[in-house]
Amino acid sequence: MIRSPIRAALVAATVIASAPLALAQATTSAGEAALADGTPIKGDAVYKAFNEKAGIDRLTDDFVHRITTDPRIAARFQGANLTRLTFELKAQFCYLLNGPCTYAGKDMKTAHQGMGLRNRDFNALAEDMQKSMDAEHVPFWAQNQLMAKLAPMQHAVVTK
Amino acid sequence: MRSAQFLACSAALAVGVLLCGGAYAADESAAPLSTADDSSQTGAAPSGGTAATPSPDAAASTSLSDFVDSGRLLLTQGVSNVEGASGGGLASWAVISGYETNDAVGGNAHFTYLNLPGYTVRDFGGSVGLFNRVELSYTRLQLDTGPTGGKLGIGDGYTFNEDIIGAKVRLFGDLVYDQNSLLPQVAVGVQYKHSENGALDEALGAKNPDGVDFYVSATKLFLNNALVVDTTLRLTKANQIGLLGFGGDLNDTYRPEFEGSVGYLITRRLVIGGEYRTMPSNLGFAKADNWFDVFAAYALNKDLSITLAYANLGSIATFKNQDGVYVSVQAGF
Ligand code: HEM
Repeated sequence: MIRSPIRAALVAATVIASAPLALAQATTSAGEAALADGTPIKGDAVYKAFNEKAGIDRLTDDFVHRITTDPRIAARFQGANLTRLTFELKAQFCYLLNGPCTYAGKDMKTAHQGMGLRNRDFNALAEDMQKSMDAEHVPFWAQNQLMAKLAPMQHAVVTK
Repeated sequence: MRSAQFLACSAALAVGVLLCGGAYAADESAAPLSTADDSSQTGAAPSGGTAATPSPDAAASTSLSDFVDSGRLLLTQGVSNVEGASGGGLASWAVISGYETNDAVGGNAHFTYLNLPGYTVRDFGGSVGLFNRVELSYTRLQLDTGPTGGKLGIGDGYTFNEDIIGAKVRLFGDLVYDQNSLLPQVAVGVQYKHSENGALDEALGAKNPDGVDFYVSATKLFLNNALVVDTTLRLTKANQIGLLGFGGDLNDTYRPEFEGSVGYLITRRLVIGGEYRTMPSNLGFAKADNWFDVFAAYALNKDLSITLAYANLGSIATFKNQDGVYVSVQAGF
């Protein structure tokens, strides 16, 4: 049968493809503690796509407004120090986007400790971020670079 | 009382309450909030809300939104495929049906139509996702032979009917969160399939009108590259995914088959891609070919998505080059 070698190759490819996964799993949990904020995105294309520092500041103000009025998660921010939160978020986003900023806030685990955050909270916040990036006219490819940095923080932020 | 909760919601699905998930209040398509207002905060230090006490338990009172949250991101459940499982159009993926998070339930109903030169395929069913962990699905698949039935000697419009009941469990990995490693989302699944045309299947050489498929899927989202990739390994005896029964005169053992999909996210709502799926060829009278498709799936919102594809199923019951347009509509929460 002509198809057999093709099938065999494809099946082998699947098996091989899944082999490093066990390894990847091990490194994930080991690195989790270090997920304070993540490393900056390489190059300056993404930073520029976010309209640089002014864009990041605008975006963050918009974002804080959204998350504190989103009925799904607004209650989580009751009593929060929004001035500090906005300040730290601007620094963190700017840092992650490889802007000229340092982030000196708490690591993500410490910052969200005891809040009992759930995946639904995290995802709601992620959707608000998507809207803020849309509002700032950040192109989709660049949005994905920041989302790829934020997504793994779920491991530190979500505790419930 | 989680079990009671998801029973309630499964029941809701059964009666077609698709908007069960009114819970995701912030509409994905909502117009951006006024940025002008917000930017006024930039210079002048806004007063941090300090008066109110933090209320982490604000959402503690039980309501529908506690277990129907539609809380996952758009398109992250894939679409209902031809066997009723979440995946692409032809392949099964490791994703779990519905937009529920690990604290909730979700589900879908779908209708799929595939127009081939010699046949018409219809497929309708539903699925529930429990805690983004377990997926249960049912679909009814019909292969309407139309005028081809006469040529095959089984009568014009003869229709092969198949029921597929599926269960899938996500083992580990998260499609979205695991962006800092190569870890994919991995799930195993089982599908019990029953062909209603046992006597004819047997006459065509099939050994059994019932069969069970087993599969393992690994799905990885590479957000950086806007790519989603799936590989699935399936053990099956199914002839044309079971429409023509299971096993045959040529082979009656389980064969490993491969399903592969690649999708590219153009926007958050739109993914295009292609799929390939190998098929066993157990029946002497008619060779079965591998399947492939190219697709575009569009999510209007979390309640409704549409998949359009060109699908090529190769030779079916001696009729070659069965390719055509695949349309699927899916509604859920
Ligand atoms: C990737 C996701 C997230 C990121 C990057 C993030 C980032 C931050 C940062 C930088 C801080 C300030 C830390 C400091 O004060 O030093 C903070 C605090 C906080 N975050 Fe998050 N966060 C995320 C997810 C969430 C979610 C899902 C919620 C709730 C829905 C949340 C609620 C809060 C609250 C209530 C505070 C404390 C504000 C205060 O100081 O009173 N965060 N977060």
